This record gives sequence, C-alpha cells and structure tokens, in this order.
Amino acid sequence: MAWNAPVPFASWVMLSGVLFSIGAVGFLIRKDPIIMFMCIELMLNAGNLLFIAAARYLGIMAGQVFVFFVMAVAAAEVAVGLAIIVAIFRTKSTIDVDEMSGMRG
Amino acid sequence: MTLLPFIALSVVAIAFALLLVLNRNAVHGALCLVVNFAAVAVFFLMLGAEFIAVVQVAVYAGAIMVLFLFVLMLLNIQGQEGGLEQKPRSQILIAAVLGILLLAEIGVLAPLAAGLGGAQAAAVPADFGSPRLVGLTLFRDHLLAFEIAAFILLAAMMGAVVLAKRRLA
Repeated sequence: MAWNAPVPFASWVMLSGVLFSIGAVGFLIRKDPIIMFMCIELMLNAGNLLFIAAARYLGIMAGQVFVFFVMAVAAAEVAVGLAIIVAIFRTKSTIDVDEMSGMRG
Repeated sequence: MTLLPFIALSVVAIAFALLLVLNRNAVHGALCLVVNFAAVAVFFLMLGAEFIAVVQVAVYAGAIMVLFLFVLMLLNIQGQEGGLEQKPRSQILIAAVLGILLLAEIGVLAPLAAGLGGAQAAAVPADFGSPRLVGLTLFRDHLLAFEIAAFILLAAMMGAVVLAKRRLA
C-alpha cells in the first residue's frame, strides 16, 4: 500500500466510527458529568467528521452547512448542560451522577 | 489527501480521545479534547472544508472548551474525581462489550457504507468549502434553518442564565 495513495471513503467512516465508539464508551464508564459531556462532544465531532467527508466525496456543500448547524446546537447544548450541572452542584454539593437519583421536586 | 498524513493524524486524534476517557483529571481531559478537536480541524482542511475548519477551532476548541474549563474551575471539585475504579465492575464490562460491538458493527458496515466504500473524492470546484460558497448555501438554501438556529442559541443563552443564576433569598 503506497503511502501517497488517496484515502478511500471507508477510512473516514472507520476513523469516525472509532472516535464515536471511544466517546460512547467514555460516556458509559465515567461518572463525572463534565467528562460525560466532553464525551458527548467527542461523539458529535465524530459525526461532523463523517458529514464533512461525505460532503467532499459526494461533492455536495449541504454536508458542510449541516456541520455548521450541529456546531450551533452543540454550543447551545453545552451552555444549558453546564448551567444545569452548576445548578445541581449548588443544591446538592456534589455532581456524582449516581447521586442524582431523584426526580422528586 | 493522501494516506500518510491521514494515518498520522488519526493516531493523534484517537490517542487523545482515549486519553480523555482514561484520564483521572478532568482539566487534563479537557486539554486532551482540545488536541483532538485541533486534529479534527486539520482533517476538515484535508477534506476541503476551510471555513468549517476555522469555525471548529474558534467555536469548539476555543469557546466551548473555555466554557468547560470555566465550569471545572468554578466548581473546583476535589477528592471526588470520577476514577474508573469507582464505577461498578459490571458497568465497565457492559460498556466495553457495547463499545466493541459498536466498533465491530462500524468496521463491517464501513466498507459497505452506501456503496461508497472504495469511492474516491468527487471532482469539486476550487472554491469548495470557501466561506463564500458556505455562505451562499447557508443563506440561499437553508435560510429558515439558520433563523431557527439563531432562536435555539437565544433560548439556550436565556436558559443558561436563568438556570445558573443565584437564587435571591
């Protein structure tokens, strides 16, 4: 396999899949909600990478615009999520996800 | 877009993603994620998405990670770092099995993905991914979605302020 061979589309799918899997496993095995959030960002980023790769290999600009929207929604999600974590820390003085067992008001 | 830089950067991106997951310290994890985002930004450049690559660095590696670091330092949690060993063994085992399944599924599906497996990059105009073309596509074909995204950001901003505000006694 020549080092200067062009990259086939399947390589991008695999790279994106590996990054997504790492994020998914990280989300499951960590109990610090901030790190779980970062793992969500990792998964979103893996999805973005696949969008950009598909846009390039199909020659369609819509993929890049979609990534733009994913970034906007991710920014909104992080702002609200971190505010919720701060609010929970204020009331419970811990952010251990295993302690957050009550939906009772 | 050749194989050597792709593999070299893939190693960096995957290694720092793993460091984020396995790291004990949340601040170190955030810095690992910044490196991962930077590597992905270079991938975007390789794929001809110059504008998105710059947005990735400015918004993700810049704004979002600064927000994470702010909250980490604001809460300043000590002595309850979520190390791996604090999770029940069974949960880690299940997570590992699910992760391997997910990986295997993607590994099998990737060569078949939409019949594009071995596809080579399409011929694209020289300004593919330029700010001009992104802007044209965004404001000509996706104007409504753009406005909705603006409202989502506004609602999220107000929600974050309301949620994180100190209650006035």
